[in-house]
Amino acid sequence: MAPEEAVELVVVFSFHAQGEPRVNELWMTRTKKLKQVWTKLRFRSSCEKSSDNTGAEQSASDALQEAKSGVSGNNEDESQWQSTDVEMDKSVEAKDSLSFRPAPKDQFQEELIIRPLHSGDIYASFQFRTIWDTDFLQEGNKVSHYRLFPKSLGQVLSKFSVRELHISFTQGFWRTMQWGQPFIPSPPGAELWVWFQDTVADVDENWKELTNVLSGIFCASLNFIDTTNTVQPSASFKPLGLGNGLATLMKSEKLFHSSFHSQAVHIRPVCQDVQCAKPAWELRQTLNVVFDLYTSGQSKKEWSLFKMFSRTLTEACPLASSSKVYVDITDNPEGELFELSPATPVLSQAVVLGDRRTYSVYDLTKADTFGQLRSLNLLLRWKGENGDMLRPLLHAERYVAGFGLQTGEIHTLVYNNHPFRAFPVLLLESVPWYLRLYIHTLKVTSKSRDNKPSYIHYQPSKDRQRPHLLEMLIQLPPHSVTEVTVQFERALLKWTEYPPDPNHGFYVGSSVISALVPSMVAMDTNFTQEHPLFSSFFPVKEESNFFMRVYTEPLLVNLPTPDFSMPYNVICLTCTVVAVGYGSFYNLLTRTFQVDEPSLPLAKRLANLIRRVRGVPLLT
Amino acid sequence: MGLLSDPNRRKALTNLLTRLNTPICIVCYLAAIMWFMGLAFEPFTLRTYMSENAMGSTMVEERFPSGERALSTAKEFDAHKRKAGGMPVEWLVKTMQARGLEVFTQSFSRTLPFPDENKERYMVRGTNVYGILRAPRAPRTEALVISAPCSPGNSNNQAVGLLLTLAQYFRSQVYWAKDIIFLVNEHDLIGMQAWLEGYHHTNITGIEYSPLQGRAGSIQAALSLELSSDVITSLDLVLEGLNGQLPNLDLANLFYAFCQKLGVLCTIQGKLQRNDWDTAEGYTHAAQTLMLMVLKQASGHAWGDHGLFLRYHIEAASIQGINSFRHYKTDVTTIGRLLEGMIRKLNNLLERLHQSYFFYLLPSLSRFVSIGYYMPAFGLLAVILLLRALDLWVHLGTPALAEVDGVREVEQQWTTGPNLRAICFLVSLESSSPGVLSVLTPVVISHLTGVALYLLPVQLQEMAVEHFPVSETEAVVLTAVAIYTAGLALPHNAQWLLSGEGTEQGWRVLKLTSLLYLAVLLGCTALINFSLGFILAITLVPIAACITPHMPRALSALAVVLLSPGFVILYCVFIYQELIESPVSISEGWILFLSVISQGILDHVLYRSLVYPLLALFIYPCWLMFWNILFWK
Repeated sequence: MAPEEAVELVVVFSFHAQGEPRVNELWMTRTKKLKQVWTKLRFRSSCEKSSDNTGAEQSASDALQEAKSGVSGNNEDESQWQSTDVEMDKSVEAKDSLSFRPAPKDQFQEELIIRPLHSGDIYASFQFRTIWDTDFLQEGNKVSHYRLFPKSLGQVLSKFSVRELHISFTQGFWRTMQWGQPFIPSPPGAELWVWFQDTVADVDENWKELTNVLSGIFCASLNFIDTTNTVQPSASFKPLGLGNGLATLMKSEKLFHSSFHSQAVHIRPVCQDVQCAKPAWELRQTLNVVFDLYTSGQSKKEWSLFKMFSRTLTEACPLASSSKVYVDITDNPEGELFELSPATPVLSQAVVLGDRRTYSVYDLTKADTFGQLRSLNLLLRWKGENGDMLRPLLHAERYVAGFGLQTGEIHTLVYNNHPFRAFPVLLLESVPWYLRLYIHTLKVTSKSRDNKPSYIHYQPSKDRQRPHLLEMLIQLPPHSVTEVTVQFERALLKWTEYPPDPNHGFYVGSSVISALVPSMVAMDTNFTQEHPLFSSFFPVKEESNFFMRVYTEPLLVNLPTPDFSMPYNVICLTCTVVAVGYGSFYNLLTRTFQVDEPSLPLAKRLANLIRRVRGVPLLT
Repeated sequence: MGLLSDPNRRKALTNLLTRLNTPICIVCYLAAIMWFMGLAFEPFTLRTYMSENAMGSTMVEERFPSGERALSTAKEFDAHKRKAGGMPVEWLVKTMQARGLEVFTQSFSRTLPFPDENKERYMVRGTNVYGILRAPRAPRTEALVISAPCSPGNSNNQAVGLLLTLAQYFRSQVYWAKDIIFLVNEHDLIGMQAWLEGYHHTNITGIEYSPLQGRAGSIQAALSLELSSDVITSLDLVLEGLNGQLPNLDLANLFYAFCQKLGVLCTIQGKLQRNDWDTAEGYTHAAQTLMLMVLKQASGHAWGDHGLFLRYHIEAASIQGINSFRHYKTDVTTIGRLLEGMIRKLNNLLERLHQSYFFYLLPSLSRFVSIGYYMPAFGLLAVILLLRALDLWVHLGTPALAEVDGVREVEQQWTTGPNLRAICFLVSLESSSPGVLSVLTPVVISHLTGVALYLLPVQLQEMAVEHFPVSETEAVVLTAVAIYTAGLALPHNAQWLLSGEGTEQGWRVLKLTSLLYLAVLLGCTALINFSLGFILAITLVPIAACITPHMPRALSALAVVLLSPGFVILYCVFIYQELIESPVSISEGWILFLSVISQGILDHVLYRSLVYPLLALFIYPCWLMFWNILFWK
């Protein structure tokens, strides 16, 4: 049931092979507009005050009502949720003594990972995970009672038969060359991808309604991507909102003073237990922020929780079953790179993205973590210089080549920096119709030789209806750069089709590169130094590959844009040309020409009169 | 519209046109010159204004504090430059990295078609260093460029120092919405061309370069910085780019606005603005500024590193610091603030600069002449060509009636007017087929001469160097001059080649063709590069209008030669030197003239400037056709 990452690759792949267009849609909105949304974004508590419950929940329920959902009595449900929270607080206090609410079983975990980056910047990744052992998609199992799981999302899931939902809002571009790999990759702008249950008859219709509803919940106008509204979003699905546990650190003006900012919600079904007989639902809310060494720590290279978030930690969230802060100290075994205080003896090891990492762990549920001051303020003092650029195993970049407003060429470069292993990647590009791709010019070259993709799926665009969709499975030779180029022509839009600020250019969303990358652990041949000999007798199979997704930069492409004051001039000019040119031509063409008999002088006419009388030939 | 369909009135009109042709042409010519000179008169021009909304109302606050640090960085750069004996690549990379930029290098090499004696270079090999300041929370779709050339000797160290200090200051700010690229380019324009071609992954000039590793999306605007002293007295704005392209006028407005705000003296064409437009001196000053702009634009040369950006639809300008021992001084901090302000305003742009004019002339920084105002000056000249062509057309019809008797009566019964004339024209062509040959031959031969002028100078340089005691550059230029001169001997030989004699009809047909050809050529040129079109028109139109084989040969030949494109370049050199207040003697002028020609050829080969091929392949052959008419037998 639970889709492992390795499976995921295949699933996305096969979905497209069946020609489902809407499984993975990339949405790119204008950053500046997103900015307005973001600056207004608050992690507002929805369960602190009952009057606060209007925003997100209401819009979602409105949308649901419009869609004639089977859920009834929204208002009742909301008040019920309130009361549940109150009850639940009691239950927390009475923790472990007795549980008077046997079902459904749910739990909430929170953690913060702080990773000092290679470049001297600092990466903070929050994760809030709710697991609920129930299945609201099951027939006849109508769930109306919610505890930790947010109701607005639960209703959406059951209404639209969603199997999996991933939505991310990102400002900034993840700099792989300086920061290494993120825990969860996300493209600049907004991205939404959804898997529906196979019971859904009309995927397109469902998708359309779902995006409408999600736009309401997240206030992000996913449905009208050109006209982003700027209503204050109030998307807090945390059970106790701000002011508790790790969420105290989320102070918006600090979070938006960063180099990179990404929020995401991931929902998927997982197994309840090892037998995997019953499903459970997992909701992960993540916030990834990279703080800039230069803009915040002007003179001293120093980081602390207070400096980053202007808060310190004083307690764990009372609802959380686990609440931990991890600090990555892998690159710092002897304390030569930075100094971490307060030090903790608790260490944890994990293989993350194919690399074995060591973490210092601070458990917020333990009182001694907070020390005598009853607050935890982690402090990192840099000692080393910030390093050179990294060479990540898989890395990609994209740009538009050429100049002028007629044609251009999209170049996608995919780097495999592994010294001896080749691996396949799946490249997915979705290009708007107004860039007319010349698919016959598609060229894939590695090490200046033709590299024939083993699989190509191309769905041509339809003007004003759907974008180009190009998907390729490419084998990357070891230690190589693979270049994918395709030429395009810039379409001339109808003059009413241009958005406001047309000279800004048009965005092309990031392309997505999915791959199973050989891990660093598998690359490491020198096992014997730190690990016991018996552990390295056979290479560790399950760690040899890991799934990775890489997003390239979005592109900004200028289309031929008319001068919009021109229509007036054109009308004037056309009228003149028609009046003068056409008029005279028409005149010339339709007029009949007759040769005038020259009239004779008076004397001759008189003479002719006499001649006529005389019967003599007339004069001319 | 009875005017055209009524034969009597039409006849009256054509009569009027043919009878008054010469006076009308003279009036047009004088009016064109008057109109052009009027463009510099202040009441006839418009005041500049900021069109772009995003840059207008919101003045930014400039806070750049570290001018002193810029100067010390400049000294450090100078020391490393001396030590490395060229571009100190490693030091630059390290310094930019220390300032928190993503740093990349690009190496390039280029062999010039012949040695450039002005800059003393032949085999050029260099490295560009650029650092990208990534804007926080921006998706790498838009970028701005600030560049400073790494020049040999002592020059431009301050520009690089200021660039690096600005990078450091900008890096600690949070308001950036576009990535900023700080570029130090070696070998000025060649390095810039390599970088731009690398950035856009094109190769139009055949330069060899290593591909770029880092990019930042589409470049919205660029500023190029040239500073060679610690304090400056004024800043000069350079706008003229390759092929006479100009950046959007808003960029000039932006510069002017910040100079006003910060109290920095600003000049254009090295000329300060004057307020006394109603005095003769004031007018002369404006006219000189305008003339300088026209001359620079007509040359098609990129007058700063910014000039190459324009082809890629990137608005760009060069800012040059000038130290002219004036009393009023400006320090580097102020210049840093000025740049900070400009870059921040450009950073605020929502769209590419497009609101203001792309076609304009500037008699001063605060006044501009838009395309609608200067085009009539050219239009009046072009009308002369059309009037003369009409006159010839009418004349070609009339004697044909006398000659071709057989057809005459039938035709006259059928209709009158232009139809008849057209038929007579065709008939005359048919009835005297050597006539067609006699017209076609000079056309073809002239163009072949043009092709020779375009190809041979560069091709034949080795042979020339072997046989004559000259350097490669001299060989190329002198070959060009020789071919140009040899072209003058062609009419005699062309006539000699033909068996038959040229007829009276023949030269008229040739002149008609040449007139229309010249009109089309100049019209197209003026649309792209008004200055070039206008300068060519003002010299070629008199020849084209008056020339006949019946003039006194020696005198008119002298006049025609003196008004030929080659001599026009020579005059332009002298006028330019006069205007920049460094007049030259005849012999110095001649040397300058030769170097201008070599520069033109180099511009074409290195950056694909179109002026040299335009002159060699079209304008010169067209002029040769008129030369042919003069020697018609």
